[in-house]
Amino acid sequence: MKIEEITSLISGAVVEGSDTPQMEVDCAFASDLMSDVLTLRTDKNVMLITGLCNTQTIRTCEMSDIKVIMFARGKKVTEEMKELAEDDEMLLIETPLSLYKVAGILYGAGLPGVY
Amino acid sequence: MHFEYNVEGGDFTNAGTTSSVVKKMMKQLGVDMGIVKRTVVALYEAEVNIVAHAYRGVIYVDLEEDHVCIKLVDEGPGIPDIAKAMQKGYSTASPQVREMGFGAGMGLPNMQSNADKLNVTSEVGKGTTVEIINYF
Repeated sequence: MKIEEITSLISGAVVEGSDTPQMEVDCAFASDLMSDVLTLRTDKNVMLITGLCNTQTIRTCEMSDIKVIMFARGKKVTEEMKELAEDDEMLLIETPLSLYKVAGILYGAGLPGVY
Repeated sequence: MHFEYNVEGGDFTNAGTTSSVVKKMMKQLGVDMGIVKRTVVALYEAEVNIVAHAYRGVIYVDLEEDHVCIKLVDEGPGIPDIAKAMQKGYSTASPQVREMGFGAGMGLPNMQSNADKLNVTSEVGKGTTVEIINYF
C-alpha cells in the first residue's frame, strides 16, 4: 500500500522523511512493546504502528530494518527522534487516530499484518 | 578489526548508539543483510540490557573475515540465576525500562535466536558478560 493512500485513510501526516510515489509498505505490525518488534522475522517492507514515542522506537526500527513508523493517538515526534530517523532514511507519520482505529482501517483497506 | 565502545547504565538517550555504528560498519563491509540484522538485533538487546540493568559496560567488537564476535562486559548487579533469566517472560526490569518498550522478559531468548553462539556468564555483585558470535 502506498504511503499517500495510508496517510489519507487515517488523516495522517508525514513529519519526517520524503514520501515518493513509489514508496509502499507490504504489511504492518502494531505494538508498543519494542521487545516484540525485535522478534519479527520477515524480509517484507513493514510499517510499525505504535503509541510509544521515544528514541528507542526509532532505534528498534533501525535494528529491525523497518523504514516506516506511524505514531498513533496524536503522539508528537521529537527533534531528536527526527534526527535519528533522518540518519536511517526513515519515514515518520503522525495520526490523531487511536492505534486500534488505525489498525482496523488499514487492515480493512487491504494492508495485511506481518503474521 | 577490533573496536571498543563504552556504555553508561541508565543512559537511555544513547542506548543503541553502538548497535547503530556496528550495523553501518557491517553493511559497509558487505556482510549479508540477513546476518547483519540478526547480529544487530542480538547486540541491541544486549546493549539495552546494560543500560537497563548495569552501572556501565564495554562492548568489544571483533570483525573477522568469516565471523563477528561481540563481547559485552558490564559492571553491575549480575544475574543470580541465568537459566531463569533465559526463560521467556522472566524480567527484573524497572518501570522506567518498561516505559521505554522493554522489560518483557524477551531479550535474552531473542538474543539466543539471533546468535549462532551465545555465552552468558555472571557474577552476582560484580557484573555480567555476554558473548555473541555470528558466522558469515
